[in-house]
Amino acid sequence: MEMFANLIFGFGVALSLQNLIYCFVGVFVGTAIGVLPGVGPLVTIAMLLPITFNLPPIPALIMLSGIYYGSQYGGSTTSILMNLPGETASVVTCIDGYQMARQGRAGPALAIAAIASFIAGCVGTLLIAMFGPPIAEMALKFGAPEYFSLMLMALVAAACLSSGDMVKALAMVVLGLLVGIVGTDVNSGMARYSFGLPELTDGLGFTIVAVGLFAVSEIVKNLETKERGEVFTSKIKHIMPTLHDLKVSIGPIMRGTGVGAFFGTLPGTGPSIAAFSEYMVEKKLAKDPSRFGKGAIEGVAGPEAANNAAAQTAFIPTLTLGIPGSGTMALMLGALTIQGIAPGPQVMTAKPDLFWGLIASMWIGNLLLVILNLPLVGLWVQLLKIPYRWLFPSIIMFCAVGNFSVNNSAMDLYLVGVLGILGYVLMKFDCPPAPLILGFVLGPLMEENLRRALLISRGDPTVFFTRPISLGFMIAAILIVITMILPAIRKKKVEAYTGGGGAP
Amino acid sequence: MKVNLQNNKDFLAGLLMIAIGGIAFYMALDYPFGSALRMGPGYFPRVLAGILITFGVYVSLRGLRTKEKVEGVWGWKALAFITVAFWAFGWLMDRVGLIPSLVVMFFLSAFAGHEFKLKEVIILTALMTLFAYGVFIYGLGLPYRLFWWD
Repeated sequence: MEMFANLIFGFGVALSLQNLIYCFVGVFVGTAIGVLPGVGPLVTIAMLLPITFNLPPIPALIMLSGIYYGSQYGGSTTSILMNLPGETASVVTCIDGYQMARQGRAGPALAIAAIASFIAGCVGTLLIAMFGPPIAEMALKFGAPEYFSLMLMALVAAACLSSGDMVKALAMVVLGLLVGIVGTDVNSGMARYSFGLPELTDGLGFTIVAVGLFAVSEIVKNLETKERGEVFTSKIKHIMPTLHDLKVSIGPIMRGTGVGAFFGTLPGTGPSIAAFSEYMVEKKLAKDPSRFGKGAIEGVAGPEAANNAAAQTAFIPTLTLGIPGSGTMALMLGALTIQGIAPGPQVMTAKPDLFWGLIASMWIGNLLLVILNLPLVGLWVQLLKIPYRWLFPSIIMFCAVGNFSVNNSAMDLYLVGVLGILGYVLMKFDCPPAPLILGFVLGPLMEENLRRALLISRGDPTVFFTRPISLGFMIAAILIVITMILPAIRKKKVEAYTGGGGAP
Repeated sequence: MKVNLQNNKDFLAGLLMIAIGGIAFYMALDYPFGSALRMGPGYFPRVLAGILITFGVYVSLRGLRTKEKVEGVWGWKALAFITVAFWAFGWLMDRVGLIPSLVVMFFLSAFAGHEFKLKEVIILTALMTLFAYGVFIYGLGLPYRLFWWD
């Protein structure tokens, strides 16, 4: 029953007027920006991250996670109404959600997405409260070899299970690790890759990398082609789903929550693969699979639940191990670090108010999402009509002023420009940015733990394979690579990511 | 054999990885390597650069075989204007204050779009500058001067 005591303590923190306001602002702003076409959760968080540095740690984290699930939900709205996914995970929602909207059932599609997200969010929050402490306790016993192997496994898993090309994703992890080296080496005091710039001896700022790689490349990509998309605005009359809708959705919501929680908890996997897998599951289980892709409500309910459950449980490895599973979680971890909190299992004991307050605020945030979204659908639809040529200069403004405010340094903005060019070129070559930012965040930790592990073992690299827990992580990493190389499984992955036909 | 390499996605991606890895390796030669027991500051970077180059060689060779093209068009114009908008904003902030910097930034970034409607850009700039004042100066209390005479 310690869990409930902890949760009550957490609600005590989250329900303070100040934190409640930040949670509300986060969810509201997150949804509003997430709804905007062409602005996914990654861009939203990257753009608003610098602003939260001006807040104390707890409100900053509460607001950021509000932004995170708000933008995730806002993205579903855009997917359903415009067939424009803001990120990989919402591609699945597009398939049946947009078809429902075309049939005049946009209201029920949006409502079921909200309900599914809420149920999944509640379960996800409970799971974090339940499994967070034991995992953190176990992780406290990890030594340097275990940490190194765990990070290696998480990075390999993230690269191999992402939607794109595995080799390029692995290369991007390595590039991220290299970019993470920029700055002064803690052991020798030597400035590495600083190019003679004093600003770089403290390391490359996290927000610079996030904005450069995610925001700039995304905006330029959107500007390559002319604006498109058809909005279904006039037809949203019946918001509430029928009793029949609810009845057929219960199963998918429950299964989606399970699938999502599973993938969210694993380090290296996240909402995208969860949503895609759940769609496949529902299609396999359906009596009449041909309805999928033509506006089946199960095809919205299941993946939305999976998406949100994974989004919530992704906080488990991030908060308890300090190992993020996705690009967005890497951004959250970076936010923690910049607030002066070393991520890892000690956060729970050293900062219980932050940990439990954040968990409680997640539940409150999910509740706010439902309360906010159903009545405000009309407002979100209005936002969809804003042309992109008004949006992107405003996004650039937030990125520019926000980044400037971190160090008050013009150099930071010059670097944003340079990384923006790199990010855009990499994107054109289909090199995914998310593994890069994961590597960037974990790079310094990985080097430190590698160093320490080899110091303990007197330079013997077999230390990673002789300690049982470390060996387990290593075997898992190798297994992931091997299975992904096998042609049969690789084909399955491609199938899972294209939704097995019927994708837009 | 006539192969168009200019637009070969994987070949170019591989070249980029080799180039970055090469520079990283070359620069890391200045940092002591140490040994596995006592890793110097050059150990981790050199190992990583080596791995990146290996991936680069593999990806570029694969590109020669698959010959996949870069998808869509390159948005060079948009990229150039947006990059310059960031640079100009940074350069101007210390010199002329927040509001002139924002005006320049909005105009530069608006040129990155497909159509540039002067009236629209002026209204957008005015509204968003006001909004920026509200959020950053009034709301967050950032200590920036608004104009050069402040």
